[in-house]
Order: sequence, then structure tokens, then C-alpha cells
Amino acid sequence: MNNPNNIVEMVGITKSFPGVVALEDVDFSLRKGEIHALVGENGAGKSTLIKILTGVEQPDRGTIALDGKFVHVRSPQHSQELGISTVYQEVNLCTNISVAENIMLGREPHRFGSIHWKKMNEMAQHAIDRLNIDVDVTKPLGNYSIAIQQMVAIARALEVLSAKVLILDEPTSSLDIQETNLLFDVMRRLKSEGIGIIFITHFLDQVYQIADRITVLRNGKLVGSYEASALPRFELVAKMLGRSLVELDAMAKEKSQEEGGEDKQPLVEAKALGLTGTLKPVDLQINASEVLGIAGLLGSGRTEMVSLIYGVTPPDTGSLVVDGEEVTKFSPLESLKRGVALCPEDRKAEGVVGDLTVRENIILALQARYGWFKFISPQKQNEIANKYIQMLGIVTPSPEQLVKNLSGGNQQKVILARWLATNPKVLILDEPTRGIDVGAKTEIQKLVIQLAEEGKSCMFISSELDEVMRVSDRIAVLRDRSKVAEYANDVDEKTLIQAMAGEV
Amino acid sequence: MKQTTFLKKIRESQLFWPLVAWALILLFNAIVAPGFFKLGIIEDPVYGKRLYGNLVDIFNNGAPLMLVAIGMTLVIATGGVDLSVGAVIAISAAMGAVLINPALGNQLITNDILTRNATNTPLPIIILADLAAGTLCGLWNGLLVSRAKIQPMVATLILMVAGRGIAQLITNGQIMTIYYTPYFWFGNGYILGLPVSIYIVTAVLLLAWLLVRKTAIGLFIESVGINTKSTYYSGINEKNVKLLAYTFCGFCGAIAGLILSSYVHSADGNNNGLNYELDAILSVVMGGTLMTGGRFSLLASVIGAVVIWTFTVTVYSLGVPANALLAAKAVLVLLVILLYSDYSRRLTNRLFERRGSQHDRAN
Repeated sequence: MNNPNNIVEMVGITKSFPGVVALEDVDFSLRKGEIHALVGENGAGKSTLIKILTGVEQPDRGTIALDGKFVHVRSPQHSQELGISTVYQEVNLCTNISVAENIMLGREPHRFGSIHWKKMNEMAQHAIDRLNIDVDVTKPLGNYSIAIQQMVAIARALEVLSAKVLILDEPTSSLDIQETNLLFDVMRRLKSEGIGIIFITHFLDQVYQIADRITVLRNGKLVGSYEASALPRFELVAKMLGRSLVELDAMAKEKSQEEGGEDKQPLVEAKALGLTGTLKPVDLQINASEVLGIAGLLGSGRTEMVSLIYGVTPPDTGSLVVDGEEVTKFSPLESLKRGVALCPEDRKAEGVVGDLTVRENIILALQARYGWFKFISPQKQNEIANKYIQMLGIVTPSPEQLVKNLSGGNQQKVILARWLATNPKVLILDEPTRGIDVGAKTEIQKLVIQLAEEGKSCMFISSELDEVMRVSDRIAVLRDRSKVAEYANDVDEKTLIQAMAGEV
Repeated sequence: MKQTTFLKKIRESQLFWPLVAWALILLFNAIVAPGFFKLGIIEDPVYGKRLYGNLVDIFNNGAPLMLVAIGMTLVIATGGVDLSVGAVIAISAAMGAVLINPALGNQLITNDILTRNATNTPLPIIILADLAAGTLCGLWNGLLVSRAKIQPMVATLILMVAGRGIAQLITNGQIMTIYYTPYFWFGNGYILGLPVSIYIVTAVLLLAWLLVRKTAIGLFIESVGINTKSTYYSGINEKNVKLLAYTFCGFCGAIAGLILSSYVHSADGNNNGLNYELDAILSVVMGGTLMTGGRFSLLASVIGAVVIWTFTVTVYSLGVPANALLAAKAVLVLLVILLYSDYSRRLTNRLFERRGSQHDRAN
């Protein structure tokens, strides 16, 4: 393990937060002049690992060595002093002051007690030149694109903080292809200078474009570190999702053949539905009494797609027909009136209203559909709340409990109840089972199948493939913000993973 | 055990703290100024027998603030704030004065005309114009906040500054004295021995309460204040919810302006309703509604306004000069903030729940 080429050597890192083990016995090493991709789905532990390396969090166990010497990273500032710099997805520089000031902030050269502007600009220019980009350092940073701003952040990290290790946390998520290539050029240049780069991204294409090695984390555990050239993309996705190849092959043979191809009435029909920069045009059809599974990795566009269908963001291309009628007004309220409901992915930000009671949270969407003045009477509210508390097994002392005091799984059930209460024809569930216990998961899966039997249709999005496969009649696969494939429910997991990875 | 939960229920009611504050101030007065509670009945030349005394004055003079506090509660509950209510009061007052005064337009103004006990416009139309002006101001604020997405503090700051200018434009830069006696009824009149303004406040409070608690609007306002994004995802038009709150706040400001100008017999663009926005915010905060939005109680805010006005009257009755009132008020603000801080909440919880806590947790 003691490779002299390693600048960073993390061994046996363990970190737990109340109730969860975020990292368990994870090893990670970074060589000189290497671009090392760190991948994994949500909750895999990527960000915790980075936080430990940059001193934001302290590990419970494990050691960190820099250049062969053991270190104790006390704080983010300390990590910078040690030569570890992080550039975040959101650029945290000041856009209203010049590029040079941003680069030199806190290290301005002085002369006669005031800032030596000329020298400062020269030093900044030197830092920019190292990245071989064309920037006037005296102009305000805000004049430049996000990509350039990110490079300025990199220039600052390298020049002023003399970083040996550069962590790029999802740097490309707001960049277009040209900007991404520009960033990659800079990364290659730095690599040739011997700087070690940790690259976190959800885009697998980019991983293979630039990374030398790949470390995969899943559920807080290390799956492994691999040479990028020796790890086929399909295997990478299988590792991220936790499936071994043998297992997959076996499953493919076992998978029962079900017949489900009779002619059904389309409830929702999207034609070339898309939004520039968010989702490439997608064709999609959901029939009555059908569950359509959506498979795709994080960032593949699955959430964006259902947001368009639900009208959270109106699309700018294509058309959407719901129940035989062309949709012209896009908003959540109009969708609810059409009988389309979306249970959003981000429970905390988009789902629960924490300081309202369980009862109020459950009736919220139904009341929204009724409008301002057709108030649901308190008795009726209680009736509805109690019905769903019983039906979904929500654990709460009373319907008057504030939702924020419930556990995550119960909060999720409350949100689910909110949408069920509107009695939708089409129910879209975006990661409805994330972070809830196995029992509740099974209940929600059963519920989805039951709804379909009652003649409703569901769209079911989940990162867990077996779940998607269990409940879905058809499965659409998304990758890189477009729909790449669609399968009947007799598809095997291997094919799905190949489609998600882009090896069809 | 039953008693502990009952006490707890009282203590967790939003009315609890403002009532405690009011009781403390009244207690102080009972000790220091025994004449404070004196109530009497006098024969009024116009309105017949009527009640008089400090307590009556508190409710009569505090009425504009209570009205503004009602409107402000809804705005703050959505997570916003309305700094323009003072200016709205001035606009509404100016509107009333200018419609009464026959000097509108290019007529030659003589002192004789100006001081006539007559009106240029029928009273119902004056009232409607007052209310319309204020409601329009509220609508403007609401549009800036909900449609133009300007931060509430900045959006309402515009009207806070511009509003007093508009009020002066309406009155042509003059302080207009009102001589039309029927207009005085709102601020000085009595029904069954009690000030008219008390009836107006009660009516507006009732109207507001019906509006928010007997429809879904109250729930929507609270939901917007707690989590705007979730509210939007739930199919609620959060923009219209905000628009309604600001518009209603403007409406309340307009009524307050009507009563205030009626009470002081004049419209002064510079001074009508000065600092009312701050007192209204303080009333709402004292009523236990968080500045970040969410749960609100209209009645608690009104009691908050009563506390502020009782405090003001108390300070005056102690002989503190008017120009020192603001300093005294600052002390009140400080006390309120300390009282509502997490620290003192924990302190009182511990005080009350020393025995009950284990039982509560077992539940």
C-alpha cells in the first residue's frame, strides 16, 4: 500500500452520524499526476469522504497520509494549508470584483502600505496563463461564464494556495460541452504537472473521457478502485448499483415471461416533449392500468422529465396529451385538475411542510384542487387524514402532530397520502421509497401495483432496479438527459444496466 | 397530570405571552398609578352617555395600530413584511381630506370655503375612495413581491418612501385640516357608549378571521410561509396567496388611515401613521408569529398591538416626555425579544415542566 507515488492515502476511514454509518472502513488513494473519479449514487458516501479529506468532518476511525506523512486535518483552512483545495459546483467567488482580486484575495502584494495593483495583476495573469486560458484579469469576474469562473477558482487554488491535490466537486453539471472540454484541457495540463485531481461527477461519459482511475462507493462502503481502462462501463454501473455479473446472468435466465401487450388506452402521451438544456425531446406513453418504470442514473434526466409532465417547469418543445386532451397550461395546479399527481424526489424541499400537522399536510393538495373557498370541513379533514394514516400505517401519535417530528419514512408516507387523497388518474412517484424501511418499501410497491389494477396509471422512478422491475409493466431508460430505450417487463437486469450505461 | 397538560396547552397557545405581557403592564399601573383603571360615564353632547377612561382611550387610539397589525400578520405569515403601511395610512388620510375639501382643482381657495363644515363628495364615496386607494397600494406591493419577485423588504420600501410623497401630492403639499363633522364619527364617535373604532376593529378582525379560517386561505398562507416550494408542488398558486396577503394588508392600512385622519381632524402626508409599520411588526412578533413565516394568530397580534398602546399610554401617564417615548419603546422591544428567545423559552419550559417532563416524554 505504501506507494511512494501516492500523495493522498486514506486508510480505514469510518464515520457515523446519528442513526447512519456514512462511511465504513473505506480506503482511498490518489497518485501524483492522476485524475481519479469518485462515483456512486446518492448516499454512497462520496461527499462524506471529501468532507473528511478537507477537514469539514473528523473521521471516527482511520488515517490520512499526505506525501507519506500522517496528518490530522483539523479544518477546511488547515486542509488548504496542507495543499488540498476544493472547487465546488457553485463557484464561491465574488463576481463583482476583478479576476485578479479574486485570485489574490487575502494574499495581495503590498507596497507602501497599500495594494501593489500592478504586481497583483501580473501575479494573477501568471496564474491564469498556467491554465492557458484567455482572460483579462482586470475585468470583473462576473463578466465571464461559469466555466471561466470555475477556472479562476482553480487558478486561485493552484497559485495562491499552491495546491497539490485538487478536488473538483461536480464541476461540469452547469457547463455545456465546449466548456466541459475546456475544463478537461485544463485538468490534463495540471495532471502533467503532477497534481492529483479527485473528480466527482454523475456523468459516466465524462468519467471515461478523462479519468485514469475510478473509485466506486456504495452505501458508505468501498466497492473498489479500478483502472478506468480495465473497467467496462457496464461493469461500473453494475458496481454502483451493487450487482455482480454472475448474479445478473442468473437473473436474466430466471426472469419469468409475462404477457402484457394487449391494446390499452393511452392516458398520457408525450411527443418530443423537452426543454432546452434540461431534457432532450422525449416520446412517452402511459396507458391506463399500467405502471411505467423509469430507470436511469442520477442526472440522467428522469426527475427533469416528470417535472415537465407535471408542469413544474413548462416544456419548450413537443406536446403533451393527457386523457385525450392537449395540455396548454402547465402548472402543478392544472396537472392536479387533470388528474396527474407528482410525488417529488426531494422530500424535504419539495414535499413536506414541516410546521404543518400531519392532517394539514395530507389534505393540502386536495384543498388546492378544490380552491380557496371550498374549504374541507374539519370533520372531513380528520376523516381523510385518519383514513390514510391507517391505510399507509403512518406512525404518529395523532393527526395533529407536526410532520417535522415524524421519521423520514413516515414523512414520505404522509406525502404519498397527500397525492393519493387527490385521487389522481396518473400518479408519478419520484424515488418514493428512498430512505424508508423495507416493510414500508414493500407496502408502497404493493400500493403501486394495486393502483394500476384499479385502472390508474403510475410512473415509478427509482434508483433501485429490482424495485423498478418488480412493479413495472414497461420500463423506459434515460441516459444523459434523453430517453434511450424502452422495454417490456420481461427485460433482464443486465440489458437495463447496459442501456443505462450506454452500451446498447 | 391532567392539570399539567392543561397548563401546557395554555402556555403553548399563541395568546399566552402577549396576555402575560399585557397583564404585567397593567399590574405595573395598578401599583404605580392607581388612577389608571378609573372608568366613568359622561354625557357627550353629540353621542349621549359614553364611557371614558384610560382603558377606553387605549382601545380607541390603538385601533389604527390593531388594524394594521391584522393585515401585517397575514403578510408576515407568508414569510414577507410590509414596510409601507405607515405610508398607506397617509395616502388614505390624504384621499379623504382632499375629497372633503372643496378646494380640489383650480378653484380659488378662500379661508371661508376651507373651514366650511361641508363636503365636496358624499361620505360613502369618500370611504370607498379611501379604501380603494389603500387596497390599490397593497395590490401594488403584492404584485412586486409575487410577480416581479422582489424581496418583500425592498419591494415595500419603495412604497414606504414614495407613499408619503404621493400623499403630499394628493394634498398639494399642504397639511389639510378637516372641518366636516360627519367624518369625525370614525375616530371620535360612540355607539352604545363605546368608541366606534372598537367596533370597526372587531368587524375587521372577524372578517379577517372568517377569511382565513373558514376558507382554505389561512392554511395556504401558513404553508407558503413554511415551505414555498412544497406548497407550489402541492398545486397551490403561491403567487396569488402572497398577492392576497399584501392586498389585504393595504386594505387594513386604508381603514387605519380613515380612523386616524378622522381622529386628528387632518391629513398630514409627513406624519400620519409615522412609524406604524414598525409598531405593527412588533405587534405581530409579540403575538408569536415568526418573522420567517408560518403559523399565525390574528387575535394574538391584536393583543400585541394593545400591549404596545397600553405601554405608550403608561409611559405618558408616568410623565415621560413624548420625545423620550421612542427610547422607552426600545426597552420594550428588547424585553420582548429576550422573552421570545430560545433561551428564555427553555428556561420557562424547565420551570413549568420540572415534574411533567418525564410523563410527556413517555407519551
